[in-house]
Amino acid sequence: MSNPAIGALRQSGSLFALVLDVVRSLPRRPFQTKEFIQQCWFIASVTIVPTALVSIPFGAVIALQLGTLTRQLGAQSFTGAASVLAVIREASPIVTALLIAGAGGSAICADLGSRKIREEIDAMEVLGISPIQRLVVPRVLAAMVVSLLLNGLVSVVGVAGGYFFNVIIQGGTPGAYIASFTALAQLADLWTSEIKAVIFGFIAAVVASYKGLTAGGGPKGVGDAVNQSVVITFMFLFVVNFVASAVYFQVVPQKI
Amino acid sequence: MGVEIRVEGLTKRFGSQVIWNDVSLTLPAGEISVMLGPSGTGKSVFLKTLVGLLKPDAGAIWIQDRDLTQMRERDLYEVRKLFGVLFQDGALFGSMNLYDNVAFPLREHTKKSESDIRKIVLEKMDLVGLTGAESKLPGEISGGMRKRAGLARALVLDPEILLIDEPDSGLDPVRTSYINQLFIDLNAQIDATFLIVTHDINSTRTVPDNIGLLYHRHLAMFGPREMLLSSEEPVVRQFLNAQTIGPIGMSEEKDADELASEEGQELPPLPPIPLQLSTSDGTPRRGERPAGDWCRANGITPPPGSFQSQNAGVPGVRHSEPTPTAEAPVA
Ligand SMILES: Nc1ncnc2c1ncn2[C@@H]1O[C@H](COP(=O)(O)OP(=O)(O)OP(=O)(O)O)[C@@H](O)[C@H]1O
Ligand SMILES: [Mg+2]
Repeated sequence: MSNPAIGALRQSGSLFALVLDVVRSLPRRPFQTKEFIQQCWFIASVTIVPTALVSIPFGAVIALQLGTLTRQLGAQSFTGAASVLAVIREASPIVTALLIAGAGGSAICADLGSRKIREEIDAMEVLGISPIQRLVVPRVLAAMVVSLLLNGLVSVVGVAGGYFFNVIIQGGTPGAYIASFTALAQLADLWTSEIKAVIFGFIAAVVASYKGLTAGGGPKGVGDAVNQSVVITFMFLFVVNFVASAVYFQVVPQKI
Repeated sequence: MGVEIRVEGLTKRFGSQVIWNDVSLTLPAGEISVMLGPSGTGKSVFLKTLVGLLKPDAGAIWIQDRDLTQMRERDLYEVRKLFGVLFQDGALFGSMNLYDNVAFPLREHTKKSESDIRKIVLEKMDLVGLTGAESKLPGEISGGMRKRAGLARALVLDPEILLIDEPDSGLDPVRTSYINQLFIDLNAQIDATFLIVTHDINSTRTVPDNIGLLYHRHLAMFGPREMLLSSEEPVVRQFLNAQTIGPIGMSEEKDADELASEEGQELPPLPPIPLQLSTSDGTPRRGERPAGDWCRANGITPPPGSFQSQNAGVPGVRHSEPTPTAEAPVA
């Protein structure tokens, strides 16, 4: 009974059951518009500033690495191209994932977890309201929308950071930097990046909701749940990111 | 009309920990029942199992000829509309003020206009003595107030079955008496089936039609009030009279040494059975029985002085000297 492997299997089972429940509750009326908007606002407000602050150095670091490398290879004209590629394809979904899980997911988990231990969730079920439809669905949708927007934000801020670093600090040529943008990157990269971000938002919110709704054992239980939800989401996101990138290279023809 | 709940062979475990085993009882339609038990014996778990929030490991719960333990999620949500539940800590929605909390079930399940809702909400808030606190948030009020607000929310849809977890913990004695009177009056008014979990011996002795006692992972006894109050069964007797002499110890069960040292100690006589609380306007309730009816029907002689007053036999309250008519004059 207490075998950890069986415990882990059971947890994954109920996590996927929650995923199914969420998907099934999506079309159910009435849609919780107010809750959805509030959650979008809330998740955005806890993630936007840290995201911007993280993506500036991220873009700069990429530009720094590439700047030196391309100079040694004599391919300075490709600095812009490579840094756009790196930011849009990998850096921005990863930064989005870290922040949506670390800031957004933990907030969702703490919120639902404290409602759970105050028996609010039980009360809601007894009043004939499904907490999944009422609380989880709006949060999942909000996390997806916000990740989409965050991913856009990270891309812009990251590329701008790279430009600033490369052109202003390292003395690169602005024209060359911008002109080479489309040498390697293509529109499909942007789409893929956004799709990844939406998937990440979904995973982060579902895991956080699952951990929150199954929290138990008082305030300490909520703390543990938040901690676990962040760790589990990170692991999921990095695996999913790898799989998504692998699929992308199979599906989308590359420029070079 | 009130709905009967029939529980058969119910067993609940958490992992390997058995909470209670093979609990069978019938909560008669429209009657008030009280569930007692030492702390941690699973009374709250029992209530949650009755509304389908926890799945039992064995047994059945029959409500309107359907087994609640076998229902699908959607039917469960349907059946829950029969219930009003007050959780142990009130379980108010922390992000809404008291007014919105009480209005919540009405807004979700009825198509009433806001002005109708307002009327009902204010009426229920008044019933539990919370007029004027409508705009407070649950975090800003006392535990007793949260309880009463939770009760108002449980009442707002006129439920057929009311499950109430410790209405009197966190309430002062005066409010406890008011709440007890409120239960009796409500029961006469809406004719719902009540199950109240409480630790308050005074309420237990005067409010319910039936009493149950959970002890040591099973249902020790369930039956009419007079049956338990006149019972000589050691656990029931100890609990209903709040005594230290008996099988229940500080840590649920006494060890052999403690029991042996109590050997031969004289048990105090059973206190008299008090009169049951009646409705404030005197209208009879459906579950009400004439005082002493059960004792007569079963050939039990109630303890001397029974059915004289409502606070007879309250532990710690010295009841008045027996009136000459109550006992034969000393020869
Ligand atoms: N979700 C749960 N998971 C595991 N164990 C639980 C859970 N809920 C309750 N228990 C255990 O079940 C037992 C009974 O708990 P319950 O809250 O029903 O007691 P109670 O009779 O209501 O006590 P009190 O009078 O103090 O309120 C306790 O030992 C508790 O640890
Ligand atoms: Mg309890």
